[in-house]
Amino acid sequence: MKKENTVTVFLMGKAYRVPAGLTIMKAMEYAGYRLVRGVGCRGGYCGACATVYRLPGDYRLYADLACQTTVQDGMYIAQLPFTPATRAPYRLEELAPQGETLLALYPELARCVACNTCTKACPQKLEVMDAVQQALRGDIAQVAELTFDCVSCGLCTMRCPAEIMHYHVWQLARRLHGAYQAPRSGHLADRVGQIRQGAFHGELDRLMAMGKDELAQAYKARDIEP
Amino acid sequence: MATYPKEIQESIARVEATRPARLHTNPPRLSLADQEALLRGFHPDYKAEGKRALKVGPSWGELVPHEVADLLEAYPLIDPATINLSQVDYDVDVLVIGGGGAGTVAAIWAHEAGIPAERILIVTKLRHGDSNSMMAQGGIQAADKPHDSPAIHYLDIMGGGHFTSDPKLVRAMVEDGPMVIQWHEKLGVMYDKEPDGTMVTIHGGGTSRKRMHSAKDYTGMEIMRVLRDEARSRNIPVLEFSPAVELLTDSLGQVAGAVVWNLETEEYQIIRAKATVLATGGWGRLHIQGFPTTNHYGATADGLVLAYRVGAKLRDLDAVQYHPTGAAYPEQLVGLLITEKVRGLSAQPLNREGQLFVHPLEPRDVESAAFIRECTPVEHGGRGLGVVTPTGMVGVWLDTPMVDMIHGQGTFQRALSSIYRMYIRFDIDPTKEPILVYPTLHYQNGGVVMDENGWTGIPGLFAGGEVEGGVHGKNRLMGNSLLDFNVFGRRAGLAAAAWAKQARLGSLTLAHVERFVRELGEAQVPPTRRAPMLLPEYRGEKALARMVDLL
Ligand SMILES: Cc1cc2nc3c(=O)[nH]c(=O)nc-3n(C[C@H](O)[C@H](O)[C@H](O)COP(=O)(O)OP(=O)(O)OC[C@H]3O[C@@H](n4cnc5c(N)ncnc54)[C@H](O)[C@@H]3O)c2cc1C
Ligand code: SF4
Ligand code: SF4
Ligand code: FES
Repeated sequence: MKKENTVTVFLMGKAYRVPAGLTIMKAMEYAGYRLVRGVGCRGGYCGACATVYRLPGDYRLYADLACQTTVQDGMYIAQLPFTPATRAPYRLEELAPQGETLLALYPELARCVACNTCTKACPQKLEVMDAVQQALRGDIAQVAELTFDCVSCGLCTMRCPAEIMHYHVWQLARRLHGAYQAPRSGHLADRVGQIRQGAFHGELDRLMAMGKDELAQAYKARDIEP
Repeated sequence: MATYPKEIQESIARVEATRPARLHTNPPRLSLADQEALLRGFHPDYKAEGKRALKVGPSWGELVPHEVADLLEAYPLIDPATINLSQVDYDVDVLVIGGGGAGTVAAIWAHEAGIPAERILIVTKLRHGDSNSMMAQGGIQAADKPHDSPAIHYLDIMGGGHFTSDPKLVRAMVEDGPMVIQWHEKLGVMYDKEPDGTMVTIHGGGTSRKRMHSAKDYTGMEIMRVLRDEARSRNIPVLEFSPAVELLTDSLGQVAGAVVWNLETEEYQIIRAKATVLATGGWGRLHIQGFPTTNHYGATADGLVLAYRVGAKLRDLDAVQYHPTGAAYPEQLVGLLITEKVRGLSAQPLNREGQLFVHPLEPRDVESAAFIRECTPVEHGGRGLGVVTPTGMVGVWLDTPMVDMIHGQGTFQRALSSIYRMYIRFDIDPTKEPILVYPTLHYQNGGVVMDENGWTGIPGLFAGGEVEGGVHGKNRLMGNSLLDFNVFGRRAGLAAAAWAKQARLGSLTLAHVERFVRELGEAQVPPTRRAPMLLPEYRGEKALARMVDLL
């Protein structure tokens, strides 16, 4: 590793020289950390690796995913094990997709001061504050749409002065939308009915009885939807 | 930051030059004979030196990759003699090992079958949901369209798996498929639908009908988080950062729970259970033959190790699934999955010269072999037409701008938002420039042998999801493993609940481990070899991305 290809980062306050171009996660490992917390999918899906950092000569506190962020020289990094947040108790089948449902289960939504800190903290670049506003208005479909790409990292929740537990609200909104507002699939219901009546038993029995060669013939001969 | 270096830009120009002519055409699919020849020549599984025959245990003599053999032929992490089995920390009816998709589904259905929530326990290595399930992008198969049928789905699975799957398992899966999707619909999974409720479905590699259901390109994340929320609604207890390190048996020869290791306090705990469901997922983090992987941090094949020590048989572990399209550039993304949906939405694979060298949607193993042949140097029998990156990684193009050209402006960002986001972070716009890909270690095709109810043949031990084998034979098709974990997670959960209701336990023992250790001694396995692995080792230089050795 050539010297000019390294950067200095501060991990939990200690300086380490690591190769440039590594993600924060790999830089920690390079420096000798054996990660237990703060790591999951390593691909930007699970939200386990929420991290905050500062850069030299910059007053801002940045927030991002350690597995998706490249180290920069002088980065001052702290990993967050997780953000405590309580999920409201509910059973989906006992809820209705009404405007007030979200606010009833998560009343702290009403405390939003519209500071937009959550939006700035979101590594997925979601319009988090807008989603809070839609939740307040009771527009479940909008909330579901705006927050679909949320990875539940908790960074918005950690930064929010109103102590809102965003990702739990989002989860509820998406389930309400998916279960009650999105149109049900007719062909799916038809097919489930046919299967329950045993409509495919005969054909499957026949396929299961085939030897390898006969099955290979049938496989080759099957038509492929364009 | 990233953007492409000059040498690579020239190749992009050639990709753009050939684009108009290939925009609406694809080469014919390969015949079965041609597929076979390609696999023999270039698929890593066909390299004899990558595997060895097992010297111990119930699958003695079977060929598995060295990396897997090293774990199956290994001593326990904790000396059984030092474990105090009289102090039971948790006593439950159903223990579920693994808090990914299969485990969560199993727990929900055990609860549905009448086991009280407090008599169920999920133990998992990381947090609940940190799993391969969370990462699935492309979609889930189910034959629910009028011109499709479970029988056609059956044929696709059997053929895609080269006729090596267990027919009973395949049948169970295709017949349960539509029911699973309907269950998800009820739980609130936001599937992509037309305004009238018709499911948006597309092709996947090796499908003869468009039956791939999706939730944007976060399909696994959407299903997993809904399932997790449902488990939370039911107050099913979860013990996080507590991987199982050994199964327990009892004096009657049944599996009776597990020993778990608290990763933070570094103490073990004893869990006694009437029925145990193994749902520990796959093996990507073993980096078989040095390949990078798409899998989550905890995918270290622990379940195979645990099951093998209690006498469960394993199958098809000689077949490793490499996903044809792992990211090959920039270095920060190497190994990460570029969902097959990108090819499902018409993007074509091209070599350095911009030539289309294979049908974009051959079965995965065939597609991977074609990519490897394209990149392998001529002196090693390949075509030497890969693109070499500044870090020495090699790849072929995936012509991503075609997605919007064919399906309309905005399609890529809407349908592939996670991929879009991933590249934009590194200043590459996949709607304007193609991306570089190379096969990456993706899926454990085989695993623990089980019947159609998820029973492993060992009393009290059930399995579901990527840890088990037989459903996909030697090659899984995309979209069938999300279905697998739902179908067999459910069946295993139901079977475990039924078993637990009538089971009577004898006294706890680790005699099976002691027996296994004796066998290891006789086979002269080096005593330094320990398993399960629990977490991969990436400290120091190992943190640097793994380069693929093409020689
Ligand atoms: C990037 C990616 C994309 C994919 N895309 C698709 C797709 O589009 N369609 C599709 O059908 N399939 C896809 N797959 C495959 C599919 O996601 C998995 O095969 C499936 O989700 C496996 O589910 P599972 O529950 O068996 O395993 P997992 O979801 O991996 O869950 C296993 C859990 O067990 C835990 N665990 C491991 N060891 C232990 C232990 N010793 N003790 C306790 N817990 C343990 C793990 O940490 C994990 O939480 C994809 C996989 C990946 C990695
Ligand atoms: S909305 Fe909040 S929890 Fe979700 S990804 Fe953005 S910052 Fe993370
Ligand atoms: S950070 Fe909190 S208070 Fe500020 S806008 Fe977001 S939700 Fe509202
Ligand atoms: S480790 Fe999962 S998002 Fe970073």
